Amino acid sequence: MYPAPFRYHRAGSVAEAIRMLGDIGEGARALAGGQSLLVLLKVRFDEPTDLVDLARIPDLDTIDQGNGEIRIGALTTHASIARSELSTAIPIVGDCANGIADNQVRSRGTIGGNVCSGDPSCDWPTLLATLDAQVHCEGPDGKRAVPVTEFVEDLYATVLGQGEIVTGISFPTPAVGSAGAYVGFKRCAPAYPTSSVGLQLALNGDDCEDVRIALGSSGLTSIHATDAEAELRGKTLTDDVIAKAAEAAAAQAEPIEDQRGSEDFKRSLIDTLVKRGVGVARRRCAGETVEVSHEYY
Amino acid sequence: MSTTEVVAHEVDKIPVEITVNGTVYRREVEPRLLLVQFIREDLRLTGTHIGCDTTYCGACTILLDGEPVKSCTMLAVQADGSDVQTVESLEKDGELHPLQTAFSENHGLQCGYCTPGMLMSSVALLAKNPNPSDKDIRKGIQGNLCRCTGYHNIFKSIEAAAAAMREE
Ligand SMILES: Cc1cc2nc3c(=O)[nH]c(=O)nc-3n(C[C@H](O)[C@H](O)[C@H](O)COP(=O)(O)OP(=O)(O)OC[C@H]3O[C@@H](n4cnc5c(N)ncnc54)[C@H](O)[C@@H]3O)c2cc1C
Ligand code: FES
Ligand code: FES
Repeated sequence: MYPAPFRYHRAGSVAEAIRMLGDIGEGARALAGGQSLLVLLKVRFDEPTDLVDLARIPDLDTIDQGNGEIRIGALTTHASIARSELSTAIPIVGDCANGIADNQVRSRGTIGGNVCSGDPSCDWPTLLATLDAQVHCEGPDGKRAVPVTEFVEDLYATVLGQGEIVTGISFPTPAVGSAGAYVGFKRCAPAYPTSSVGLQLALNGDDCEDVRIALGSSGLTSIHATDAEAELRGKTLTDDVIAKAAEAAAAQAEPIEDQRGSEDFKRSLIDTLVKRGVGVARRRCAGETVEVSHEYY
Repeated sequence: MSTTEVVAHEVDKIPVEITVNGTVYRREVEPRLLLVQFIREDLRLTGTHIGCDTTYCGACTILLDGEPVKSCTMLAVQADGSDVQTVESLEKDGELHPLQTAFSENHGLQCGYCTPGMLMSSVALLAKNPNPSDKDIRKGIQGNLCRCTGYHNIFKSIEAAAAAMREE
C-alpha cells in the first residue's frame, strides 16, 4: 500500500524544522519514527503534501537527569528508554516503555511522536500524567512548556500550533520512598492496550500520603482518576480501601465499546488494573524489584 | 461535463545510499517508496515478505543498524545512510545460518511465509542475549505472527540455534 505522494524534507535542526513546517503550512506533517503517521498515510486517512523528517535533528534523543528533574528528548525511542538506566531507577518508566507494541515498533517509535499522536490508547501521555510531566514545545513564537494533561486537548488533538514541534518532556524526580506502576492489558504485543493504568504512590508505612492515578484507553484523552485518588489519599491501605478506589476509577472511566471490548468489560479491567497497580507500587515503595508491563490474553 | 482531476503533487525524487547485506546501493527514490518495496522490487531481494502491510504481522522484519524493524512501516528515504540486513544475509557460502538449520530440523516452519521475519527477529534476540530463557524467546518474537505452527516448534528452533551458536 502506497501513501499518496508527498514531498520529503529533512530538517537538520529544530529551527529549520520550525521554519519548514511554518513555510509549508497546512499540508505539512512532522515525521519522527513514523509508527503512527505512516500507518495512517498508508490507509490514506491523511494525505499531507509534505513531510518534514525530524529524525536527523541532533541531540533530541538523550535522557538527562539533574536539578531534581528528568528530561527525555522527543526523538528518544521506546526501545532506548526501555534499556536505559532510567527504566531501572524509575521502574514505572520501564513498565511503559517495555509494554508499548512490540520489539520492531519500539525500535522506531519515539516518545515525542507518541505524545503528539493525541491518541488515548498511546501509553506515554497516561504514564507522564502520573509523573506530572511537562511537554516542551518550540515554534515560531518561541518556547513553552505545557503540562502533559493539557497538551493532549481532545481525541487526536494537541495544543501544538502551526510550525510548532515538541523537543522533549520533563518531570520531577519522584521523591525517595514513592514508587509507581504502569499496568495494561492488551490482546497481543502488536496492539494498543484495551485498558491501562498509571499509578504513583507516596507511602508512610501503609499510609498513603499522596497518590496520582491516570487511566489510558479509557476515554477521548487519558483520564485523571481524581475520585480514586480521594479514596486512597490520607488513608491506611487496606483491601477495603483499595477496592473502593478501584471501583471509583472504573466508575470515572469513560471507555468506549469497540472491537477490543465492551464498556463493562473495560470497566472491570480498570478495576483489576488499579488493584494490581497499587499492589506493585506498594512492593516497590518497600524496595522490592517487581517486573510488570502490559499483559496479553 | 465530467473531468477527472488527477491530484498528483510534483515530487522530486530523493537520492539515497543504503547498504543492504554489505552492498552499498545508490538510488533516486520517490519519497513515498516503502523500505520493503525498495528491498523487494528495486533490489529484487524477495526473501523479505509482505504479510499484513499494516505493522502487525512482522513478516517484513529486517535489521536496521542491528535493530529489528517492520520494513512495511518505514520509508526508503528514512533508511538513507543506514545498514540493512535481510534474510538473504544469513546463508554464507552455501552454509545455512544456525537459526535456519534449527528451523529446518525442528519443524519451525510450515508454509514459510512468516519465517524470514521470525529469523530476523531471532537474529536480533540472540545478538543481545545468547542464552535466552523461554520467556526471553517469547518476548523476542512477540512482534511476529505465525498462522501455521502454533509457535512451539519456533521456540524449540530458536532454543536449539542458541545452543548451537554458543558451542561455535
Ligand atoms: C502495531 C502497533 C502497535 C502499537 N502499540 C502501541 C501501544 O501499545 N502503546 C503505545 O503507546 N503506542 C503504540 N503504538 C504507537 C507507537 O508507539 C508510535 O511509535 C507512536 O505513537 C508514534 O511515535 P513516532 O515517533 O512513530 O511518531 P510518528 O508516527 O512519526 O508521528 C506521530 C504524530 O506525531 C507528530 N509528531 C511526531 N513527532 C513530533 C514532534 N517531535 N513534534 C511535533 N509533532 C510530532 C507527527 O506529525 C504525527 O502526527 C503502536 C503502533 C503500532 C504500529
Ligand atoms: S507486512 Fe509489515 S508487519 Fe506485516
Ligand atoms: S509457517 Fe506459515 S505462517 Fe508461519
